[in-house]
Amino acid sequence: MDLDSVYRAEYGRCVATLTRLLGDIGLAEEAVQDAFAVAVQKWDEAPPPNPGAWIVTTARNRAIDRLRRESTREARHAQALLLHQPDEPKEVGPVRDDQLRMMFTCCHPALSPLAQTALTLRLLGGLEVPEIARAYLVPEATVSQRIVRAKKKIRDAGIPYRVPAAAELPDRLASVLTVLYLVFNEGYTSTSGELLRTDLCLEAIRLARALAELMPDEPEVIGLLALLLLTEARRPARVGPSGELVVLAEQDRSRWNRELIAEGHELVRRCLRRAQPGPYQLQAAINAVHTDGPATDWEQVLALYDQLLQHTPTPIVVLNRAVAVAEVHGPALALATIEELDLPGYHLLPAARADLLTRLGRTADAVAAYDEAVALATNDTERTFLEARRARLSAREEPRS
Amino acid sequence: MKQYLLAVQLDESAPPESEEEVQAMMARTGKVTDEMKAAGSWVFVGGLQHSHASTVVRPANGTTTMTDGPFAETKEQLGGFWVIQADDLDQALAWASKCALACGQPIEVRPFDDGSRRR
Repeated sequence: MDLDSVYRAEYGRCVATLTRLLGDIGLAEEAVQDAFAVAVQKWDEAPPPNPGAWIVTTARNRAIDRLRRESTREARHAQALLLHQPDEPKEVGPVRDDQLRMMFTCCHPALSPLAQTALTLRLLGGLEVPEIARAYLVPEATVSQRIVRAKKKIRDAGIPYRVPAAAELPDRLASVLTVLYLVFNEGYTSTSGELLRTDLCLEAIRLARALAELMPDEPEVIGLLALLLLTEARRPARVGPSGELVVLAEQDRSRWNRELIAEGHELVRRCLRRAQPGPYQLQAAINAVHTDGPATDWEQVLALYDQLLQHTPTPIVVLNRAVAVAEVHGPALALATIEELDLPGYHLLPAARADLLTRLGRTADAVAAYDEAVALATNDTERTFLEARRARLSAREEPRS
Repeated sequence: MKQYLLAVQLDESAPPESEEEVQAMMARTGKVTDEMKAAGSWVFVGGLQHSHASTVVRPANGTTTMTDGPFAETKEQLGGFWVIQADDLDQALAWASKCALACGQPIEVRPFDDGSRRR
């Protein structure tokens, strides 16, 4: 294992443990970076058997040295914290619960959603600011400012570094799950070939796995992990040879990742046994049906969407459900279910309408809906896909000469 | 322990509430204050007159000038506040939820600067 992969695997865990030891995220990051700087010099051949423990111990010792030299109140406070841990063994390693604490702190609802995401990727994922900036297509300065401000708020407002009590847990966990889901989605709905964006998906899965290990008894955590795995499994078939989007029905199923599908199905079965359904578990179950056997069982998908709609009666769920309604009851009924929807600026609503209108033979209306969808789409791959669909229709509509 | 300001944001353009509603609201907020006292979290509480009664005093060249009205003529004004002490933001937010439900208005939670974190 080279230093880069150690950094990637251990940075977040080490910062999390040092944050508990020092009581401050900024000091913890400095200490861990110091330790990695030492590692560059000392690990010329191979990393020690337990690199995480080595980094934490070194970071802690470096922090003590540094704090002794400094005399700010902050340093004294951190030093006092360190000295009041007499039971801490000399050789310390990253503590798993610290990572969980860090997740809840980074995803605290008192921070803006964008700050939550940036902090999670930086502190837990170990992504560098330029990487996050490239992944989100925003200037580096924006990302670093967002992170600096969030860390300042954590410190100054007294956002605690702990796993919330049982009473607050459902709400707070929902916020953590949302961040991981958004990170994944940002990577998934982006254009093909952009490796960094794919990294976002893998990072979200890595963090969801860590969360599932830390909270194995939370069915929604398992549900989210299953959902991400089953979605990721289809990625290889989702984009065609020239980078165009391929819809589910037309995907080459042999290109799906069987291993991820098997793992996702096993997790969904685990959720079913617990019988405490929630939105992520239901979405995972829908994706399990999609990836089960040679074709989708749409009746089952529709039944799951009905359940999901009861749990989360949002316009997005109504819209996604319409796809299943169309397969089971036909496009006319499906169109009726989305007629009243109000999703300003969301290109997938006119896109869905266009598809249903096409199937109903209302070509002119369908073209108009595609026009609307194309105008709203922000992603090149999706826009190209919609334009291709529209072109196919226009060709059909024009009288033959 | 940190201290937090729980500031009630009041929409002064909203139609005035009936006397009964005001009494019921006072009873609810009074109950939250009692709870804070029992929990040892309470430091201070006060309701404010509307901003029509406000005057701003500004320093200028070693003397001061006075103007009528609040800092900013917006419809949202400070309507009242609690000062509490709490272990961390989560505790303060839990009190703020109770306050918001009791007075039916948004609450801004702001930590006091205790001077310890200056760099």
